[in-house]
Amino acid sequence: MNIKTRIEQSLATAFAPQALEVVNESHMHSVPKDSETHFKVVIVSNAFAGKGLVARHRMVYQSLTQEMQSGVHALALHTYTPEEWGERQSSAPDSPLCRGGGAKT
Amino acid sequence: MDVIDQIKEIVTTNPIVIFMKGTPQFPRCGFSARAAEALRQCGEPFVHVNIFEQPEIYENLPRYANWPTFPQIYVGGELVGGCDITVELFQRGELQKMIKEAVGKAA
Repeated sequence: MNIKTRIEQSLATAFAPQALEVVNESHMHSVPKDSETHFKVVIVSNAFAGKGLVARHRMVYQSLTQEMQSGVHALALHTYTPEEWGERQSSAPDSPLCRGGGAKT
Repeated sequence: MDVIDQIKEIVTTNPIVIFMKGTPQFPRCGFSARAAEALRQCGEPFVHVNIFEQPEIYENLPRYANWPTFPQIYVGGELVGGCDITVELFQRGELQKMIKEAVGKAA
């Protein structure tokens, strides 16, 4: 199973999300072709209600401990409750471009 | 001083700190660049730690913070978050308030 699928399954199990999008953005970074190192996650779940952003991101990182240890280098994380997602009209920010620091030299 | 004490000292003696890849002038990661730019736009001086030059901090900050990735932004000794949270708070105008408060307390 590829890492993207594992991330999707772990998050689906942990958060029962109303919306979930996992995008492999590794191609935007200085890594070999077809790498699975950089992901963007947009997740909408009631589990985030009443929680601050740091707590939400920690919850997500904790549910992905295994994936983070198997080569995932960066997660762009956008966590919303269903109400917040509605207010944003269902759109999350774009990720930044690489500046080369993750490259093995 | 061990590295955990060193981290604690950095974040408690400076009101605004970013642990990043590279420097605000020469960032070496898009996430670090974006977070540093949000801090710069808040208009208060901030301290940066280039983790590529501080391997011990690079290695141990995730454990100290219970936060696995970089950059990490601290205001008033507390972890604000990484790039995504910092930028979101900046866009909502909340980061500016937090920074003003932390700078006021430190003065």
